[in-house]
Amino acid sequence: MASAAERHHHPALAHHFESLAVQTEASTLGMWTFLVQEVLFFGAFFLVYTLHRNLYYPVFEACSHHLDWKLGAVNTAVLICSSLTMALAVHAAAVGKRRQIVLWLLATVLLGSVFLGVKVVEYHEKWEAQLIPGLRWGSAQQVGHELHLQGADVEHAQLYFSLYFGLTGLHALHMIVGIPIILWIAFRAHRGEFGPEYGTPVELTGLYWHFVDIVWIFLFPLLYLIGHH
Amino acid sequence: MSRHGEPRDHVVSVGTYVGVFLALMVLTGITVWAAGRDFGAMNTAVALGIAVIKATLVVLFFMHVKYGSSLVKLCIVAAVVWLGILILVTMSDYASRGWLSPRQKTAPYQIEDR
Repeated sequence: MASAAERHHHPALAHHFESLAVQTEASTLGMWTFLVQEVLFFGAFFLVYTLHRNLYYPVFEACSHHLDWKLGAVNTAVLICSSLTMALAVHAAAVGKRRQIVLWLLATVLLGSVFLGVKVVEYHEKWEAQLIPGLRWGSAQQVGHELHLQGADVEHAQLYFSLYFGLTGLHALHMIVGIPIILWIAFRAHRGEFGPEYGTPVELTGLYWHFVDIVWIFLFPLLYLIGHH
Repeated sequence: MSRHGEPRDHVVSVGTYVGVFLALMVLTGITVWAAGRDFGAMNTAVALGIAVIKATLVVLFFMHVKYGSSLVKLCIVAAVVWLGILILVTMSDYASRGWLSPRQKTAPYQIEDR
């Protein structure tokens, strides 16, 4: 029955909403609508991947073996940990432990940065091996030797690596966008804006971060673990 | 509490979060283990099946959809259905090329040469 009081007292309640609960409901649905759009955005990329993987399966398998699955597995674990810390930040807001919100959010940023650091190491390795289509792609002989491929398959390998950089790059871009947002939310949490009565920005940032985690959950087996290792 | 009878956000316990986290870690281990086994034609299905289970856990518990509104659930079902249309219908096109004319097999770039 707090709506009348909320309208006058809670600074986060916009005047056109009946109550904070209604406002949160609307915000959550809005965030999900955005995420559904993201599913289809990434989905188109996954479609192109699926298509070419079926057309050039042996090439994709050979290219996949060139990736370091151990780094991929470590990054998967790091990202799942960051999802846990994000979930704990949302929990801290729900139970009103304000200091813990900030700490868990900062832990999430730290883990996200570790993920991106590993990604930099992997990209650098591809640079050294001259496996970046359009930017630094080695001679047919060199690439063929590197990937154990021959003939036209060497050129088809560019398809795999274009998709590898496109998909992981788009994923990494989402993290690069997410980290400053989490820092901003952590700053607002530090100022004491969030608690049991109002934690929507923390929750919505959490939804975004978990979505990024889900994308990686699919990317890891699809890019790193093709075929029999 | 709102007048509209919306339940205040269900507070998920730390124990649930940690349990889901552990399940996700174990499933990641199983993904890596399964990649080292040969299930023949089922390799991709196994890898994707595990990924779908992991994604479902994240959506239901980390993203609170299990406790969320029906509208959000509908939103997610819509995403999955449209993603299914996008991928399945396109792939069925490519898979069925060549059924009528053998010349239209192989890569999509060669179908124009009639």
